[in-house]
Amino acid sequence: MSIRNVGIVYRKELTEAIRDRRTVISTILVPLLLFPVLSVGFGSLAVALVGKAKEEVPKVMLRGGEDSPAVVEGLRKLDKIDIVSETPNWKDQIINKEIRAAVEVPPGFQTDVAQQKSDTVNIYNYEGELKSEFATDKIEKYMKDYRDKVVKERLAAKNLPETVLKPFEVKRENVAPPEKVSGAAFGGIIGYMVILLCMTGAMYPAMDLTAGEKERGTMETILSSPISRMHLVLGKFLLVLTAALGTAALSVLSMGVSFSVLGHYTGQTASGRAAAAGFLLKLGPKTVISVFLMALPVAVLFSATLMTIALFAKTYKEAQSYLTPMTFVVIIPAIAAMLPGVELTPKLSIIPILNVSLLCKELVTGTYHWNLIAIIFSSTCVYAAAALFLAVKMFQRESVLFRS
Amino acid sequence: MIEARGLSKRFQDKKRGEIRAVDNVSFTCQPGKIYGLLGANGAGKTTTLRMLATILEPTDGTAIVCGYDVVEQPERVRANVGFLSTATALYRRLTAQEFVEYFGRLNGLDEATLKKRVDTIFGRLDMNGFRDRRCDKLSTGMMQKTSIARTLVHDPPVMIFDEPTNGLDIMTARTITSFIRECRNNGKTVIFSTHIMSEVEKLCDTIGIIQSGKLLVEGTLGQLRDKYAEHDLEEIFVKVVTPHYVAEEAN
Repeated sequence: MSIRNVGIVYRKELTEAIRDRRTVISTILVPLLLFPVLSVGFGSLAVALVGKAKEEVPKVMLRGGEDSPAVVEGLRKLDKIDIVSETPNWKDQIINKEIRAAVEVPPGFQTDVAQQKSDTVNIYNYEGELKSEFATDKIEKYMKDYRDKVVKERLAAKNLPETVLKPFEVKRENVAPPEKVSGAAFGGIIGYMVILLCMTGAMYPAMDLTAGEKERGTMETILSSPISRMHLVLGKFLLVLTAALGTAALSVLSMGVSFSVLGHYTGQTASGRAAAAGFLLKLGPKTVISVFLMALPVAVLFSATLMTIALFAKTYKEAQSYLTPMTFVVIIPAIAAMLPGVELTPKLSIIPILNVSLLCKELVTGTYHWNLIAIIFSSTCVYAAAALFLAVKMFQRESVLFRS
Repeated sequence: MIEARGLSKRFQDKKRGEIRAVDNVSFTCQPGKIYGLLGANGAGKTTTLRMLATILEPTDGTAIVCGYDVVEQPERVRANVGFLSTATALYRRLTAQEFVEYFGRLNGLDEATLKKRVDTIFGRLDMNGFRDRRCDKLSTGMMQKTSIARTLVHDPPVMIFDEPTNGLDIMTARTITSFIRECRNNGKTVIFSTHIMSEVEKLCDTIGIIQSGKLLVEGTLGQLRDKYAEHDLEEIFVKVVTPHYVAEEAN
């Protein structure tokens, strides 16, 4: 084993990779820009759109209420609501977004309330439509406030305290530290992102260094040099591994910074997004090192597997058609780990990808099950070693290297 | 020196079954001489030369190159061989100098020796004008010179050329043929495959005619002319190959 020769190949592949626009885009630019664009870009756009929707004065149609002047008067005085008169096609108007909602005050409502009879006020809306929901919320709040006021008046008339209706409070309190709370909420995403980006980072160089080399005619050139095929494949593999880990590291960094900026921008410090930002930035060196130590054998597994598959292809395009389905093979277990209730067990800890994804979720919450960590790390190392062994073997097969 | 001993290579083809690309080929190439392997497309020239360069492993037989066995010591063989063909492309994103240095390092040269070798070769091949230019920006002639520099960087005693002028313009082809001659004059063992008769007539000391993976005949140009009572090499080639070609077509 000549480390010198592996190093020579690695250095050369690195030089070429840095000079290749496609590799720089897929390995450096995409992970750096993806999250700012997705979170800050779309986030600020969403904030702006929601703000604009809130500013709009929605038209709400009043149905009935002729014999309940006080309620109607109260509705008409509501801030930023335009109460319009009833028309027969009110349902179509809501669906066509000409009005945002309709409120139906039943006949004799005010009298019924005074006589302590129960009635129902219906609010008609377009469910899921943002502006319709805003209008409905305002009407609903007004009607509930009105109901509370009536209740208070009735209690006061009978000299009863408010505790008659609310004899005790129910309160929930979180005892888990903030990093565990945010880790439980967002830990799954970290594992998913690290795994998926290890894969996407490895994909382009894996194709370029195998099928790409065949297509460009340099495979025969390098095979005529005295370097052994094992050293050659190891040098190439190290470059693919570098790209995989580099992409994952840059992505996590970019995600942390983006969420932090987003949290600051929206000012919603208590919201989930801001919590995620705080959580990412507060990840201690121990957690970061643990996550990347676990990601290392996964990256080895991906790099070696992708290289082996891509080596079969004669051209870059053919390699792309082989490797694209691989993304789904990786995404499915990674997503499965994010499902609620899926937790790490000894059985799940030997399923590749799913195990590391689940473990990442635990690591970011600061939970270390050392026996399971040992099983996951060693089993992933075995899979990775097998994949690397296969890659070396494939590089020694003439039928693969000179497939025609 | 190259000594091929019963070299054979068989491939499996899904449609055609077993293909004997090279069938029990034996010949010897001497230092300071050029051996020309002459054959039509698909005759087995490239496969033979790839086996000598240890890019492919023989199914049967072996070859001794500079005292090393191609089956047992392939890396030693490659360290003593310079291999050039139109299929040996350049790394487009490296400069001409980086490309040659890469192969120098892979051949085990230390940095001081490598620098001297590169300076000497670049001077001799008049490559200093484009040594820092990326290979994807080179003209065909510059690319061929860079490929030649790559084969020379470790100063190998054996040179293997697989149809090196195929598809090249006349001026670039002349650069290659004069380089092959220079290798012979420097005492290197040279083997060279082609289907261009004029190149064989101009360059080769010994000619071997190959068809359907079999070496049908070998000798100097004079010996072949005497044997087949023909002066023109193309006529000699047709006389040698036709019976085998007809039999092959019949099969």
